[in-house]
Amino acid sequence: MEHTPPPFFNRGPAPLVRLAFFASLSLALLVLDARFRYTEGLRSVIAVALYPLQAAATLPAAIGERISSYFASQAQLREENAELRARLLETSLAAQRFEAERAEAGQLRRLIHAREREPVRSQPAEIVYSGRDPYSRKVIVDKGSQAGVAAGSPVLDDRGVIGQVTRVHALTAEVTLLTDKDQAIPVQVVRNGLRAVAFGAGSSGMLELRFMAANAEIQDGDRLVTSGIDGTYPPGIPVATVARIERDAAYAFARIVCQPAAGVERGRYVLVLESTARGAPPPPAEAGAERERRPGKTRRPRRKDGDVSP
Amino acid sequence: MQLSDTSSQRILLPVRASTIVVSLVAALLANFLPWKSVALAPDFVALVLVFWCVRQPRLVGLGVGWLLGLLIDVGNGVLMGQHALAYSLLAFASISLSRRILWFPLWGQALHVLALLLFAQGVAALVRLAAGAEFPGWIILVGPLAGAALWPLVTTLLLMPQRRPAEVDETRAI
Repeated sequence: MEHTPPPFFNRGPAPLVRLAFFASLSLALLVLDARFRYTEGLRSVIAVALYPLQAAATLPAAIGERISSYFASQAQLREENAELRARLLETSLAAQRFEAERAEAGQLRRLIHAREREPVRSQPAEIVYSGRDPYSRKVIVDKGSQAGVAAGSPVLDDRGVIGQVTRVHALTAEVTLLTDKDQAIPVQVVRNGLRAVAFGAGSSGMLELRFMAANAEIQDGDRLVTSGIDGTYPPGIPVATVARIERDAAYAFARIVCQPAAGVERGRYVLVLESTARGAPPPPAEAGAERERRPGKTRRPRRKDGDVSP
Repeated sequence: MQLSDTSSQRILLPVRASTIVVSLVAALLANFLPWKSVALAPDFVALVLVFWCVRQPRLVGLGVGWLLGLLIDVGNGVLMGQHALAYSLLAFASISLSRRILWFPLWGQALHVLALLLFAQGVAALVRLAAGAEFPGWIILVGPLAGAALWPLVTTLLLMPQRRPAEVDETRAI
């Protein structure tokens, strides 16, 4: 007892001990998160605490945009206005035709007793910032579980699919982009209805169709849309265009590289659709292949029944 | 002339806790800014953490680094613990090197900081590769380089509140 130093010399545990403590704590967290996903609760709490900082970080860009738009010249505005008006006319025409055709398709589907497609609800969101992680492709949007966003919902922009919500916090949500290495989306070739699964190709910003036989009927410029058989993405949304096909006799599969249709890594405003997975639970963040396949399997026999009964 | 002033020989005012907190919050804010290219932007939090670990190893250390790492992990939606591990190792290395670093002029310090930031980036890369991510290319080395290049600026800015005015004459009228 005589040898204990006075309190003002007391510096706590030795640095190496501290390092061991914090390093093992981080390693434990890493394993818990990567293997078991036990840390989601802690994550959402910290995410809520971080929200003001994230919101503040977007302020400079927002203010800059507002100032520059304030000084936009009248000619520019008039030009933009005219352009928007033309586009509105165009799209409203398309929308009218779409309404008529949807009604017709609904009637036909009722005739063959197929399940009718429900209109998909959606809500606009804004990309707050892109995740600062060179190893994956993620963006953070400003709508969370409070706005009704659920994990698994598809995210679109005005030209096509950009990704899928993979984690939801109270006020924000993380969207994994299509180009992420671990992201997959079931697609269909518009020209001949060939089904495939597109995987992200990572840093190149492209998609890849894997496991397509070398003699598969696919060519440069083919458009790919969502096939809808996974129950997550509604069918018929543009995904990508085939950009390059490498057929090598040494491999059983062709290497097919596609250019995403949407501005996957550009743009700021997106549309979060409500996940259409009905009957099956919405796939969790790690969306295993077996779960993705289940809705497709249940729907196909039903359609066959419909064909047989009349 | 400013360069020689910032070496450790100069007597500084004691640091205020508010300066440390404000600088760390500002660094977090800078990290959350919507950067065009993620790999090229310097990691401001790591930089400011190194600064305080070198200057005030008794106030800022592994615990602060670990907490900041956790915040960064959640904010970016990456694996929990990735930055926490990298930053606690970074804080440990900076504290062990703090006496040595302060001997050098600013550019020499920047070289040390470059090594520290590269080390932290390497730890984060190891964790991610072990978790199954693909290597994004050598472009991830640009961030630490940019961070080290910012070291003189960060030093000048963060030491400003502690600088005693060169000559204060209380009795002077104006």
